[in-house]
Amino acid sequence: MTIGPIGFAAPWLLVALAALPILWLILRAVPPAPIRRRFPGVALLLGLRDDDSVSDRTPWWLLLLRMLAVAAVIIGLAGPILNPQDEAQANRTGPMLIVLDSSWASARDWPAQEDLLDSLLAEAGRNARPVGILQLSDPETPVFQAAETWRTRLTGLAPSAWSPQPDAFEDAANLLGDENFETRWFSDGLARDGRQTLLDALQDRGPVTIHESAVPIYALTPAVVEDDALRLTATRANPGPARDITVEAHGRDPSGAQRLLATQDMTFEASAKEATTLLSLPAELRARLTRFEIAGQSHAGAVTLTDDSLKRREVALIAGREDREGLELLSPLHYLEQALEPTADLLDGSLSDVLPANPDVVVLADVATLSGAEQADLLDWTDRGGMLLRFAGPRLAASDVSRSDEAPLMPVRLRAGGRSVGGAMSWGEPKELAPFPESSPFFGLDVPSDVTVTAQVMAQPDPTLADRVIAQLSDGTPLVTRKRIGQGQVVLFHVTANAEWSTLPLSGLFVQMLERLAISSSLALPDLAELEGTTWQPAQVLSGSGILEDAGTLPGVDGTRFVEDVPGPDFRPGLYDGPDRRLALNVLPSDTTLTPVSWPADLPVLGLDRPPEAALGGWFLAGALLILMADILASLGLSGRLLPARATMSALLLALLLSPQMADAQDSSMSEADEKALMAASEVVLGHVITGDRSLDNAAQAGLRGLGETLFFRTSVEPADPVSVNLETDDLSVYPFLYWPISPDQPIPSEEAYVKLNEYLRTGGMILFDTRDANVAGFGASSPAGRKLQRLARPLDIPPLEPIPEDHVLTRTFYLLQDFPGRHTGRSVWVESAPPDAEQVEGMPFRNLNDNVTPVVIGGNDWAAAWAMDDRGNPLFPVGRGFAGERQRELAYRFGVNLVMHVLTGNYKSDQVHVPALLDRLGQ
Amino acid sequence: MTQIAPLRARSEAEAARFPALLARAEHLAGTVLLGEHGRRRAGMGDDFWQYRPVQAGDELRHIDWRRSARSDTQFLRQREWQIAQSVTLWVDGAASMRFASGDTLPQKADRARLLSLAIAILLNRAGERIGLSGADLPPRRGDAQIERLAMALGQDGPDDYGAPQTTGMLSHGRALFLSDFLGDLDPVREALTSAADRGVRGVLYQVLDPAEESFPYRGRTIFESVGGTMVHETLKASELRDRYLERLAARKDDLRHLCATTGWLYGTHHTSDSAQSALLWLYNAFDGGHGR
Repeated sequence: MTIGPIGFAAPWLLVALAALPILWLILRAVPPAPIRRRFPGVALLLGLRDDDSVSDRTPWWLLLLRMLAVAAVIIGLAGPILNPQDEAQANRTGPMLIVLDSSWASARDWPAQEDLLDSLLAEAGRNARPVGILQLSDPETPVFQAAETWRTRLTGLAPSAWSPQPDAFEDAANLLGDENFETRWFSDGLARDGRQTLLDALQDRGPVTIHESAVPIYALTPAVVEDDALRLTATRANPGPARDITVEAHGRDPSGAQRLLATQDMTFEASAKEATTLLSLPAELRARLTRFEIAGQSHAGAVTLTDDSLKRREVALIAGREDREGLELLSPLHYLEQALEPTADLLDGSLSDVLPANPDVVVLADVATLSGAEQADLLDWTDRGGMLLRFAGPRLAASDVSRSDEAPLMPVRLRAGGRSVGGAMSWGEPKELAPFPESSPFFGLDVPSDVTVTAQVMAQPDPTLADRVIAQLSDGTPLVTRKRIGQGQVVLFHVTANAEWSTLPLSGLFVQMLERLAISSSLALPDLAELEGTTWQPAQVLSGSGILEDAGTLPGVDGTRFVEDVPGPDFRPGLYDGPDRRLALNVLPSDTTLTPVSWPADLPVLGLDRPPEAALGGWFLAGALLILMADILASLGLSGRLLPARATMSALLLALLLSPQMADAQDSSMSEADEKALMAASEVVLGHVITGDRSLDNAAQAGLRGLGETLFFRTSVEPADPVSVNLETDDLSVYPFLYWPISPDQPIPSEEAYVKLNEYLRTGGMILFDTRDANVAGFGASSPAGRKLQRLARPLDIPPLEPIPEDHVLTRTFYLLQDFPGRHTGRSVWVESAPPDAEQVEGMPFRNLNDNVTPVVIGGNDWAAAWAMDDRGNPLFPVGRGFAGERQRELAYRFGVNLVMHVLTGNYKSDQVHVPALLDRLGQ
Repeated sequence: MTQIAPLRARSEAEAARFPALLARAEHLAGTVLLGEHGRRRAGMGDDFWQYRPVQAGDELRHIDWRRSARSDTQFLRQREWQIAQSVTLWVDGAASMRFASGDTLPQKADRARLLSLAIAILLNRAGERIGLSGADLPPRRGDAQIERLAMALGQDGPDDYGAPQTTGMLSHGRALFLSDFLGDLDPVREALTSAADRGVRGVLYQVLDPAEESFPYRGRTIFESVGGTMVHETLKASELRDRYLERLAARKDDLRHLCATTGWLYGTHHTSDSAQSALLWLYNAFDGGHGR
């Protein structure tokens, strides 16, 4: 059953909707449950009657809400499906063959095709139909397998950059086998020979449905050079209404990055199949073009690649003698410059400067001898595909170059002196040119009768001479000779490049000859003869969607295919590197016309945009749940149970429960550590290292609290509450002083903690190590705490130590002390030793000792226990006996005060003793 | 012997509340400054009031000879009359007072006890004698009496609604009744009438919770008294609101009328308001501490 775009899997369930009004009546009669409340004012309520008409019914909107929920459940269970498939099609069984054109023209609609394919495959999977896929661009025998298998391989299918070959249709028709199946053909909409053959073969085996996009397709044919502009031609299959398209010209910018260089608009006239326009670009830009593309058409047919044919040639001109000023017309290079300048880039300079720039052509005008290095470089360059053009002249004629042996850079041997004809001192008329032979590159050029040669250099007759002549005079003497060297060639004009020896440079023939030699003109496609036997290696190939990809390991192709063949699976559109140049193979050759395919009228042709089938049951049920939630809230609100405060509280509770515990814990720990550091940094805070022994830590904490109280009362140091410092996690730099009681079984800190501790000691922190054993074994290793201290302190950066000398600043920072008792009265307390050169100055009570605070103080007197007090200031641990014990405790406090003063003021008290001496000196 | 330990523990737990209540009451009372106020007429007392010529009937030993020696006539030295009034408190400890509509509000009983103890401290400082009606605590002066008051005030009554008691009330004394007066009105009427008959005047102070004034309830509800003896069910509580408020206003009117006829003062306090303003009102109601 279908209502609009929605169909139902179990429409009979909808009958239950009729029961809704009954439910309405039932629900309406049931009032909400009462709530019990304590209320002293109930005495005043006694006897008040409820108004009958108002309260015992559920309000209509709540009822409506519940009805909606029930209706949503019923509809949801009835299995609504958006855009259900046509049942006649959906219920087909048996194998299905999917035929894909997958040509360049399919590339633009490929995403839509993929979606449709996916839904087709999903449907086939539900009906357990085996599916085969046949790609016409590269036909293989279709393999029928489970649709789900194809679905996983769907992303691997991609359109090709070429069109199916005509014989591909026949091949495909032969591959079909004898089985019957239904066919879905994804056509690209272009007419091709052989389509009908395949269609007949398919229709023999079962029904055929065509899927085809109705969007018009545009393609671009290769750009052609016309005068100094480029002619761009676009074509379309369906001559429709007038339409504007934009062609983008991409190329490299000076830094080599791909960039949009120009755009050109084109207009298809109404019912025209072709549009053309001229794109005029500066020569520099033209040389950098890499491809043209129709904007918005992402397929290979809308892309044409450019090759060397659009480039300007670089020509290096080198003359054998200096130009004479004012005699421009006599310059050997004048006519060459005039001929080449409009179409080529000219390079000037010495040969050694020019060759590294790798010009396409080097012209040597009357240059006879070359130095050995120059000759070797030039030979090497020519060998790699360079074109060396030489002109004769007086110097060449006078030199011994190529006289007895053929010089490597000369096509022929020369006879001495040359000859001159038609002059005042000679017999005969000036010679004319003979028509060009068929094997000559100049074949077909008209020879004007006014071109005469009056002087030339003569070639020695040689067995190879006949092959090398490409132009000769009417009497058969060679005028232009050519020799191939490796991939390059040497061409010698046997006359000068200026008008001294002939009128050739004055004629239009000269320019045409230069063009034919591919010196001045852009390169046309090489002809068949030239391509024969060459192998071209693909450098980059086009993907179906018009993107250049690296060719990878694709095999090279035979040169003749560029002329004879069309692109195919083994001859992909792209850029090919050949012997001396690069060729572009485009998807469409010039003068292509696209024709729309015409299918037989009885064949069903569908579009690509079938809306996907969507089951809505889940949504309806979820909606019902949501409505029921709202109903809960509404019911609570109606019966007065939904207090705003409680609601927010429960919402907060819910949010707390839902929030990830880990993140929460991490957050709080982070902020805790930060808070701790912040507190410690804003006050003077004494710290003790956590040893892991609870009672020891508590004693240390109490001891520092007692010391802090003492400091507070007696000095201007007013410390905050002491802090337990975790070496692993806390920032140490905010604590000026750390108390570290040693217990034999405390853990060794980690490497990171030692890094922090060393940093702390180097930057002015102080640690008081307390072995708490009264140093019974001396400052040595034999007590457990002492051994532990050694292990703990080994990685620490501790300077040399000595027992506190009598004149150490610790003895006088606040109180004058000589003993440092704690709970025990061990004598030796160790501090950083004085520098070895410290000596007592005459008249001074103290030596001038270290500048810094001693980084460690090591002892075993259990000071914390002596300092420890509880909250009310009562000592926690007994010290000594009677009055002597109290005195000892007092001295312990004084040591603590001195220690903290030392930490905070450094050697200030040391400096004070020097004041009289300083004043004395200043007075002088 | 077995009973002693739990009894002791219980009584200590109970007693632990009193210092707090006492401290709070002291604190509250400390906000009202006062001194020793005389009666502003001659009478028994320590302070000098006036000299007056000897009249017939005066005893010779009352003659102030030092003053008389400076003139021809004899003078008596009169002292200011500093007589203490007896103030009898009745604080409703019934179940209905143990009600607070919100977590931040104190219970009515708590507020009533605080106010009564604070005014007792103030009156004590003013030299009055304070006692509790009903309980075995006749009016006395002194700090010890304050502590006894604090002990006695902490006891909760068993009833759902309290009724004022006039036993132990001295004639021509003063009285303070603190309750929510939501229960039956007849005992109140009786108590007031009997008090007025004995020349006792005083203050009727009604302590109410804000919820009792606004009745913010909706929906189907079963209302129970705190003691659980009274139940009223309604299908739509919001419909009852207006009628409830009417009844409450009528109750207040009744109380006010009752007070007017018996010469008492009537006041209302809500637990959401500050205790200090209530104490000031009470203090003024007692004429600034003069039990006149």
